[in-house]
Amino acid sequence: MAEVSQETLEAHWSKTKNLTIIVLAIWFVFSYLIHWFAGSLNAMSFMGFPLGYYMAAQGSLFIFVVLIFWLARQQEKIDEEFGVAEEE
Amino acid sequence: MKGDFISNLPKIYGMYTGGFVVFILFMAILEYMGVSAETIGILFVAFTVFIYAGIGWLSRTMQVDAYYVAGRQVPAVFNGMATAADWMSGASFVAMAGGIYFGGHGYLAFVVGWTGGYVLVASLMAPYLRKFGCYTVPDFFGTRYGGNLPRFCAVVVLVVASFTYVTAQINATGTIASRALQIPFEVGVWFGLLGILLCSMLGGMRAVTWTQVAQYIVLIIAYLIPVIWMSNKQGFGVIPQFSYGEAVARLTELEVMHQLGVVKAASVAGLKALSVPHAAAGDPWKFVTLVACMMLGTASLPHILMRYFTTPSVKAARQSVAWSLLFIFMLYFTAPALATFTKLQVLDPNLATGIIGKAFADVQALDWVQKWSSVGFLKIIDSNSDGLLQINEFFMRGDIVVLATPEIAGLPYVISGLVAAGGMAAAMSTADGLLLAIANALSHDLYYKMIDPNADTKHRLIVARVLLVVLGAAAAFIASLKLTSILGAVAWAFDFAMSGLFFPLVLGIWWKRCNRQGAVAGMIVGFCVGTWYLYQVRWGGMTPWMGIDHLRFGIIGASASLVTTIVVTLVTPEPDAETQKMVDEMRIPMGKPIIDQEH
Repeated sequence: MAEVSQETLEAHWSKTKNLTIIVLAIWFVFSYLIHWFAGSLNAMSFMGFPLGYYMAAQGSLFIFVVLIFWLARQQEKIDEEFGVAEEE
Repeated sequence: MKGDFISNLPKIYGMYTGGFVVFILFMAILEYMGVSAETIGILFVAFTVFIYAGIGWLSRTMQVDAYYVAGRQVPAVFNGMATAADWMSGASFVAMAGGIYFGGHGYLAFVVGWTGGYVLVASLMAPYLRKFGCYTVPDFFGTRYGGNLPRFCAVVVLVVASFTYVTAQINATGTIASRALQIPFEVGVWFGLLGILLCSMLGGMRAVTWTQVAQYIVLIIAYLIPVIWMSNKQGFGVIPQFSYGEAVARLTELEVMHQLGVVKAASVAGLKALSVPHAAAGDPWKFVTLVACMMLGTASLPHILMRYFTTPSVKAARQSVAWSLLFIFMLYFTAPALATFTKLQVLDPNLATGIIGKAFADVQALDWVQKWSSVGFLKIIDSNSDGLLQINEFFMRGDIVVLATPEIAGLPYVISGLVAAGGMAAAMSTADGLLLAIANALSHDLYYKMIDPNADTKHRLIVARVLLVVLGAAAAFIASLKLTSILGAVAWAFDFAMSGLFFPLVLGIWWKRCNRQGAVAGMIVGFCVGTWYLYQVRWGGMTPWMGIDHLRFGIIGASASLVTTIVVTLVTPEPDAETQKMVDEMRIPMGKPIIDQEH
């Protein structure tokens, strides 16, 4: 491995960890929390759908897709910031 | 020429897609000219399988790197398509919409679980495993934890989980081939296997990658066209996914009108009548536990993880997960729409296709009712002898929803042929990925790394191929016995994988302190406890704990695995400095892979 100091490694990893925690928190909300309350959400309507049904059939899925694209972008930025990205 | 091939990929697959569309139009012309439905079905399945086999032949290789990881040069977007095909099995294609049709909201737990799992793959696993530079998932265990025991445990879990899954896939190829080609199921299974092996045997991962991309294109076209067509016919526009809300609302009214669930249906073996409301939320505990199992299982299934070993870089691996999910999303957010439209077709008396509430004799005379009744997929019984068909008198198998929808909605037969080709593509691509995952683990980890480390390249690749054929034959044999329904076995594969692999894998990356003793104990305890629980609940007559039934046994296994890994790690010495440095290196994209080309 090229010369990357221990401090850089630690700083890079701590930022990476923070990003991962944010991603997993959002993931938790849309995987579990929101579906736990599907019954009450169904009283609301979104684009003609009962909201609880909508979130399970489309809403959560859509958020997962966007979340992973966003994660990829953010992690690339972190890697570049600490100079540990791959050389093109 | 190689570099050329990669940079020409968009052009090559663009031409392929165009060619496939021309083929569909050609079939439509044949139908118009009076060629029989059976012939069109045969042409669709035979032609597509022939193309995949051709790609498999062109991708043949005798290089280790190409055989195991497609030369690590698959661009992110194409790897996304290949992963999507690898992922979406016969169950996703054929059974999912049917599951939603019968299970309503509760079944959507599969849809949420099978997509959300990719968030875990992207954030916790894929980029780090790519940096590691392994050929197989057990390769990671062998190197990170050191020694043959972790490697061997991982191989065992991998084989059990993937083999459970692959029999279900070969079963699905058999079902579809037997229907489309008009041959007995037992013969269909072997025909399916032949197609699968032609795609993977000569070129390993390289051949599987390029056939999977081709299979994704076929399956997504085959899934979307009927739904869009049907939605257009019913006046919901060309992008039905955004406009079927009204259809859901209408179903709720119709369910009340038809008195859904008021009179209990008779029981017919293998078939079901509608009894669960479409949009009402069920038990939240059941929903979230199933979601958890499917997500953790997704992130531990080796045939998916190994797809991310084939990208050119860590960055590309990460992007590739995002593309994979986008391509999977295309099908998964359509499945509920398909289920909704089909249900509406059947239930709505204002539509020409509605049958519930109509005269029994008229329904019995319908073409599609006769056709599917004759093969035992559908049954109508006038239990209260009032001459009308009630909601609790109409029985069918879930698989029909996708396979028969074109006929129910009165679409031309060419669409049914297309759907059969799509189902075949979905089942074949997943079976290929799974068989390759098992054969690679056995040939690379068991044979090369443990039994004969001095084996030369030629030997290793021959062993890999022989194993592929033997495993495929074993899976086809078991499939031909028809032991489990498609979906039961699929869910179990996820539970097995998460019980044994999830936590030792995640902790190996995210917890430097995690050591060999912990990981080995975690794999063994998790896997054994999970299997024990499955056995007790399914066959031993035990009452499930907290409603965790046999579909969710992974929760028990994975919890046991987590606790064991942590406790055993903490009471044993920490890993040596070299291993800790290895973990540090794995966490940054820069630099050489941990396992270098000395394979």
